[in-house]
Amino acid sequence: MLKTGAMTGEDWKMSGLAPQEIARRLSRTRRDFLRDATGVALGTSLMGRRFLQAQGLAKKRKVIVVTFGGGARDQETFAPEGQINIPHMLGELIPQSSFFTQVTNRGILGHYVATASLATGVYETLNNFSAVPPDHPTVFEYFRKDLGRPVSDAWVVAPSNGFNRIGESDARGYGPGMGARVILPKHLLNAAAGASSADFGHLLHDNYETPLYAPQIGGGEFELQQLEQVLKLSVADFTAHAKTLSSPDELSVYIAKQLMKKESPSLVWLTMHDIDIAHSGAYSLYVEAIRRTDRLCAELWQAVQSEPEYAGNTTMLILPDFGRDGDEDSGGNGFQHHRTGDPASRTTWMMALGAGARPGVIYDSPVQSIDLVPSIGGMMGFTAAQSQGRPIRELLG
Amino acid sequence: MTTPMLPKSLQAEQFAAYPPQAKALAVANLAVLRQLPLSFLASLLRELIEYDYKFPAERGAIDRELKYLAARTPEQLAKIFQGFAQVTLTENFEQLDWVNKPSQFLEQESAYLWSSHQMDAFRVAATQYGDALRVATPAAPLPMRRLGIAVIGQGVSTYQEPLFRNLRAHGTYFNKVKAEGGLEQILAVLQERAKTQPAPYAHWYVEGGAPAHAIPAVTSVSYDSLQPVRSRLLQFMQAQVSQPGMGPEELRTRLARLAPADLGMSADGDAVLDRFQVRLFTEGSGTQIFNTTFAQWTAREALRRAEPLTMLVRFAPRQRQRPMNEMLASAEGPTELDAVGSLVDADMGAYYHWINQQRLAEAERSAFVVWFEGHAQALVVSPTLPRGTQSSSAMDLKGLLELVTS
Repeated sequence: MLKTGAMTGEDWKMSGLAPQEIARRLSRTRRDFLRDATGVALGTSLMGRRFLQAQGLAKKRKVIVVTFGGGARDQETFAPEGQINIPHMLGELIPQSSFFTQVTNRGILGHYVATASLATGVYETLNNFSAVPPDHPTVFEYFRKDLGRPVSDAWVVAPSNGFNRIGESDARGYGPGMGARVILPKHLLNAAAGASSADFGHLLHDNYETPLYAPQIGGGEFELQQLEQVLKLSVADFTAHAKTLSSPDELSVYIAKQLMKKESPSLVWLTMHDIDIAHSGAYSLYVEAIRRTDRLCAELWQAVQSEPEYAGNTTMLILPDFGRDGDEDSGGNGFQHHRTGDPASRTTWMMALGAGARPGVIYDSPVQSIDLVPSIGGMMGFTAAQSQGRPIRELLG
Repeated sequence: MTTPMLPKSLQAEQFAAYPPQAKALAVANLAVLRQLPLSFLASLLRELIEYDYKFPAERGAIDRELKYLAARTPEQLAKIFQGFAQVTLTENFEQLDWVNKPSQFLEQESAYLWSSHQMDAFRVAATQYGDALRVATPAAPLPMRRLGIAVIGQGVSTYQEPLFRNLRAHGTYFNKVKAEGGLEQILAVLQERAKTQPAPYAHWYVEGGAPAHAIPAVTSVSYDSLQPVRSRLLQFMQAQVSQPGMGPEELRTRLARLAPADLGMSADGDAVLDRFQVRLFTEGSGTQIFNTTFAQWTAREALRRAEPLTMLVRFAPRQRQRPMNEMLASAEGPTELDAVGSLVDADMGAYYHWINQQRLAEAERSAFVVWFEGHAQALVVSPTLPRGTQSSSAMDLKGLLELVTS
């Protein structure tokens, strides 16, 4: 027997609406809130004007993609009651960014498979809990092959062992050796700390979807000696700094900043994951993780501004891989999971900062998460030939 | 894998392994089961195979559903299940033992629906069927107004942030509650309701810590009293994980097979309740490590399954967050507590308690009370009280509950 909810009570305003209509309303709510809270303009009213050109485009264009932490909902972020949790994004980042209110993920809502879909521009169907490469070429492979870039120019900083194959696909004509280098900060820390890794347990959570499982490392993993060769960090310095950090995402951001400073790659992909602690059902920890991720995004953007190689020529794109289940869906348990496929779990947002972005502009037009890769291709000058998404014209001048 | 089979080929002997009452029900309804699409039938069999261990409300719902389906003509059934029939499964699914292992079938079906982009269509079909079924098979009127009570914030001396934010629009916020003796007054109301309308599993007391005391005719579930079960389960999980080739899906399958006796529960206990409690740990996420999650999930599942007339949930302080492997390693030993974090968890848990209660029959008549334990703040949702308002009336918990139960 399939049990669904009766849904009574005043706040069930969206019950009975088609999913597309609910997604549109979520989008409108974000737009209205942002316009009221930050005074930003609606993008459609500006579409006729010449697109703003970023400063310093003579320098090589760089793109940083940040996935916002493992899925967060509107009511804990961009809805009025959630604003308390994202002071940095609201106060510092939104006024500088183009904000897309309606980004839909129509694929499988597991973190690895969804991130792989974001990175390929195709809704991948791989096993979410296996360390396997995506079936289609990744953004890193398009970037390197089309533009003839070296391996050092594309990097992924990923949250768990299961993401170690995200850098390159199995696709014919692409694949091994043609993608991004993948850093797994926790793996790095585990190796660096050696026998004292127990001291870093709080930084070594692998994932929250299946906390007992960490797929075995295989393929192009980051070698420990590259800690010194690439990041220019001694094992002692690295472990000493790690002791000052409080979460796996703080470790990831630290590594990303170090990578930018020492290697200056043109394409950086940072996947954050702390928010997925929501799977434990502890709401306070979920909200705490959102606040931390909000702070870390602002810190990363500050680092972009302070690095000469990045300041002025970098586009930073922040977006969740998907949302989380709505309170109204009786098939789920609210914020805890992302299993129902309801509009709240599929509809998210994206923030574009820096080169090519119109500061303080909101776009309501619906885009899909698979549109990201062809859009990055448009910014950087490569073609995402096998992507099923479409370039987001508002991001391309 | 077995010989490929579709529902139309079902035979009575295929239900031989079902528990007695489930088998009898399946055989009696063989004619209608044969007419159902496989994409739907497995979910019905998952409920049916557990019939002997289900709560009375669940049994009643299954009985009504089968009666409803059996009374439909083939044409009507085809129309009812049109949405499910349009979901396409591969032939591999016909080779699975979906009669005896419907849960495993559904797990694979779910993965397939996601990967073949049919999950949205399945959701629509399931929602439409559920809505139609609820209208067509109404349950009997409730003998008394349903009441939910959440007690949150145990161990918190001061808290300055606003509480009950999600619920305020739906009820009356009281800020001068006389806290003294509050828990005892709540337990007395629970006892009185159980005495007035005694029925199996109709009145519940879910406790996130140690139970205050046993109450006659009340179904009690507590985190502390289940500590030995939790400990055994975590040992089982650790042992399974260390086996070569084990993955999340296989672990889930093995967890689903666990019976109360496997986790050390007495054979002469309440078979229905014991199985329910095992499921809280094997199907719940986070219930094994956080008592706040346990209390919230238990209330959700008890409301969804047993549809009780009274549901009291008392949250207790949970352990502070530690590395996941440490928390999963053992259910024993001293732990540092996070009282304020637990209050935030419980505040949200109370909101979900109310939402889940609103999904049940006669929601418009039901009442809900949440109280910050030991403090002057409470909120009441009831058809007898205004919404979105505040009251500074000084009254104790007994008086507050009389407002909604009288």
